[in-house]
Amino acid sequence: MGVRIGVLALQGDVSEHVFAFRRALELLGLENRSEVKAFRDNGSICQLDAIAIPGGESTTICRLIDRRGMRESLVSFDGALFLTCAGLVIAAREVEDAGELVKPLGIMDIGVKRNAFGRQRESFEADLEINGLAEPFHAIFIRAPVIIASGKDVRPIAHVPEGIVGVEQGIHLAFAFHPELSGDLRLHLRFLKGLMGIEWPSAFTDK
Amino acid sequence: MYNEMELEKLRFGTELLKRGFASMQKGGVIMDVVNAEQALIAEEAGAVAVMALERVPADIRKAGGVARMADPARVIEIMDAVSIPVMAKVRIGHFTEAQILETIGVDMIDESEVLTPADEQFHIDKKQFRIPFVCGARDLGEALRRIDEGAAMIRTKGEAGTGNVVEAVRHMRAIMGAIRSLQGMSDQELFDRAREIEAPAGLVIECARLGRLPVVNFSAGGIATPADAAMMMQLGADGVFVGSGIFLSSNPERMAAAIVEAVHNYDNPKVLADVSQNLGEPMKGIDIHTLKESEVLQFRGR
Repeated sequence: MGVRIGVLALQGDVSEHVFAFRRALELLGLENRSEVKAFRDNGSICQLDAIAIPGGESTTICRLIDRRGMRESLVSFDGALFLTCAGLVIAAREVEDAGELVKPLGIMDIGVKRNAFGRQRESFEADLEINGLAEPFHAIFIRAPVIIASGKDVRPIAHVPEGIVGVEQGIHLAFAFHPELSGDLRLHLRFLKGLMGIEWPSAFTDK
Repeated sequence: MYNEMELEKLRFGTELLKRGFASMQKGGVIMDVVNAEQALIAEEAGAVAVMALERVPADIRKAGGVARMADPARVIEIMDAVSIPVMAKVRIGHFTEAQILETIGVDMIDESEVLTPADEQFHIDKKQFRIPFVCGARDLGEALRRIDEGAAMIRTKGEAGTGNVVEAVRHMRAIMGAIRSLQGMSDQELFDRAREIEAPAGLVIECARLGRLPVVNFSAGGIATPADAAMMMQLGADGVFVGSGIFLSSNPERMAAAIVEAVHNYDNPKVLADVSQNLGEPMKGIDIHTLKESEVLQFRGR
């Protein structure tokens, strides 16, 4: 059994996401049966099991989604989503103070505030408790958003004093921080586990 | 869980946060702007960030005299106008201008040869700052010296304010070619090469292993059309800076949007043909060979 994962490659830290998923699949011994690739048009979306929307500038990525006519196929995609930072903003139901610049996809039933911690000077690293992980996760927050409202199907799994920074909605996972940058693959492994509906030995998801 | 995260456990201004910020700019266009109105046009066109300046480089050339950091009030006006990151330039070696920009909350500092250098011996010790720096480079040795000083992002110097892409091409080819030439070298040869290009051996070895610079590498200095931007991407740039090319063209809104499209479709000549049509006059350029030696900006800092 393998999986096909596509990283939306319009702008942002695309190669970091591709690299992290390839390594996670290697840890599971699935690299030969699976595929991780960057994509930037509708052509291959229906063949994917999961889509990752990376970090970057949400205004830029949103604009390009519409310019490329990808909104429909992303909204109707029925696989799993792995969303980080700008990806979380783009998939949200509502974005505070975004005006016309960010028209979110409305896939995740969450309300989001962009740049919730301030400018780059206030970007930070922190060890974060995450529901379901035995040890704290070293999280990288870069001009990060925060989740300020969530619907009933959304389960918050990580918090900071400013609000929610990680959620689960069915098989989707969304984070305000960047699991693809820290070298810790436990959240990728958890995502793959949910995606494939398989119980992995806990050694994979706990350090 | 909620309040267990104590403030002292947070870490700010780390190398990972600085390089991570630069990674988020990849595949994007960073545009020079001189006021809030231009910044809004850039944001609307899909820029990933703006560079706040007193004058665009071509106008700095014309004005002559000493070019310095922009008035902080001007930079703050631009920061207040847009939600995308705002960068600003300081003179090479002018760490106090950098302290001022850090204090007002600029997201990234460009230690730039476009401004008149303040120190002909030392660049800024960029590791002392909490916010990331981008620096220009003409070749691999220069890029790695800047990274060693703490730069989180490199850009080609090109020749700013000329609207002539030839120097940006020269510098990008020099950097990419030098990295390719490291592949397959023995450690002994890598150490020898490091001495030759006056770069730290550790970084030379890292480039050989990665097959690229260890930080994001943008192109800058003379990009004036969508085709220029797409060519730099095909040569291996992670993204582009456009200085005078947008707001000195006859239709900045269209030029800005077209360059963003070109960067995202850099390998698709059909789209490039579409977005290149009816853009009006690009900025008037300068033939590099007509510049006097004192007018060449790329030789500032090394």
